[in-house]
Amino acid sequence: MNDTTTINAKEEALLARFEEKVQNGDAIEPRDWMPEKYRKHLIRQISQHAHSEVIGMQPEGNWVTRAPSLRAKQILLAKIQDEGGHGLYLYSACETLGISREEMIEQLQSGKAKYSNIFNYQTLNWADIGAVGWLVDGAAIVNQVSLQRTSYAPYSRAMVRICKEESFHQRQGYEIMAEMAKGTPEQSEMAQDALNRWWWPSLMMFGPHDGDSPRSADAFRWKIKRQTNDELRQKFIDKTVQQAEVIGLTIPDPDLKWNEEKQCYDYGKINWEEFNQVINGNGPCNKQRIDHHKRVHTEGAWVREAAEAYRLKTQNN
Amino acid sequence: MTQQEALFQYTLRLGDTSLIHAQRLSEWCSNGPILEEDLALTNFALDFIGRSQVLLTYAGALEGKGRTDDMLAYRRNERQYFNCLLAELPNGDFGVTMVRLLFLAAFEKELFTALQNSEDETLAALAKKTLKEVRYHLEHAADWVIRLGNGTEESHARVQKAVNELWMFTGDMFDMDETDKLLIAADIAVDLSTIKTKWDNYISGVLEAANLQQPTSSYMQSGSKNAIHTEYLGHLLGEMQYLQLAYPYAKW
Ligand SMILES: [Fe+2]
Ligand SMILES: [Fe+2]
Repeated sequence: MNDTTTINAKEEALLARFEEKVQNGDAIEPRDWMPEKYRKHLIRQISQHAHSEVIGMQPEGNWVTRAPSLRAKQILLAKIQDEGGHGLYLYSACETLGISREEMIEQLQSGKAKYSNIFNYQTLNWADIGAVGWLVDGAAIVNQVSLQRTSYAPYSRAMVRICKEESFHQRQGYEIMAEMAKGTPEQSEMAQDALNRWWWPSLMMFGPHDGDSPRSADAFRWKIKRQTNDELRQKFIDKTVQQAEVIGLTIPDPDLKWNEEKQCYDYGKINWEEFNQVINGNGPCNKQRIDHHKRVHTEGAWVREAAEAYRLKTQNN
Repeated sequence: MTQQEALFQYTLRLGDTSLIHAQRLSEWCSNGPILEEDLALTNFALDFIGRSQVLLTYAGALEGKGRTDDMLAYRRNERQYFNCLLAELPNGDFGVTMVRLLFLAAFEKELFTALQNSEDETLAALAKKTLKEVRYHLEHAADWVIRLGNGTEESHARVQKAVNELWMFTGDMFDMDETDKLLIAADIAVDLSTIKTKWDNYISGVLEAANLQQPTSSYMQSGSKNAIHTEYLGHLLGEMQYLQLAYPYAKW
């Protein structure tokens, strides 16, 4: 027996044990052996998730200085702060897989790593802040609740912690929408306008239909992903339609209809053409979001350099 | 001026400084040099909003005309605002923001320490409660100013420039008028001349540790006690109050 076959045999044994562990529903910890493809898949997914939290601070930050009351300002700021905290938490989870935050930021800025498409849309009026909390956080929760049982332990732990705060955000967003929907005619117009613009992009947050989703086979076998895009999307629609009704807003989908037999809502065709356009860089804010991130990163370089220089100086004393 | 009117005015000043400083710090949201610092600045902004809510609510009660904290925040113009000038100055770079926080927090630490003994129970209680967060702000700011002052050539130059540019606005914090005199006599307000030396000593210490020169120019811009502000405040309010002014009958 030569060396290569020994290594291969050893590797195969490890892989078999790994697959068995995952099938048994055991969690994978950072110190455990894992196949390279599993590690890569997780880095891609967790870093994308972290970047989404951070880039998402921009569209919401857009209204911080214009929040219409002290309480509203406080709630919004605290929410954005939570999102930044989620970003930090997820960056740390991702670092356990052997990639540094610097590398992740580089990948974000070069376009190698993605962030959620939803943040390439604009927040144009105050009701958008409601819509983002209600719909975007609402959709994120559906996804993240499912990820609480994901196989990689640091990611799953991050999701448990994050989910609690997300449902808070969702309620606060819904509260803004409800308040505006029953407010002055201008306010309810803003609320409906925000729903009209955010509804379809929110549905797209769950990704392509199951048949068109690349890379999902591995993700399911390894129990990184636990439910399909379409299952999760349906869950989101079913809970959200009723919430819209309660506050007197209309979901902008003429084909939306309760299906008695399937006990869920049928919905209209999603514009995947738009989805692909935005994913490929042609959304209303793609350039703005990344440019902003780069500008802030560049403008802050002198501060980070100073902190590092000071650390080295004081370390030597 | 009655004591009640003076107390309204005094409380308004404290509340306005908190609010305007909060507004400035919140502009850092998604703009921090590192994510951790983004969150720290947002956190301080939240502290200041919380403090301003308490103070403006109390001011409204003292005034007795039914104005809430929001009405006071969103329905006054720049000639009716009494925050100290430092708070309204633009953020500039991170160094400017940290030096501004250092100057203000050092002032607030002495102010609230003394105010704990105020005859006015509400202010005394607020001062006691606030001191913990003020100490934290001050520590954070001093820590950064020292790091930046001793960091790189660039950071040293930037933070020195920030100190030089903000210096002439520091005197305004210590100005006093009839309002102060009346309330000092009643053991309600703090005699700012008594905390000035402490502030001077503390700031000289930090600047020295940061390897920075203390400006020697003695010109001090004043005006906030009479609501005479820099040109920056009008723009800040225009942005902050936009929705309330555009839709005066809406509830949010
Ligand atoms: Fe989040
Ligand atoms: Fe959230």
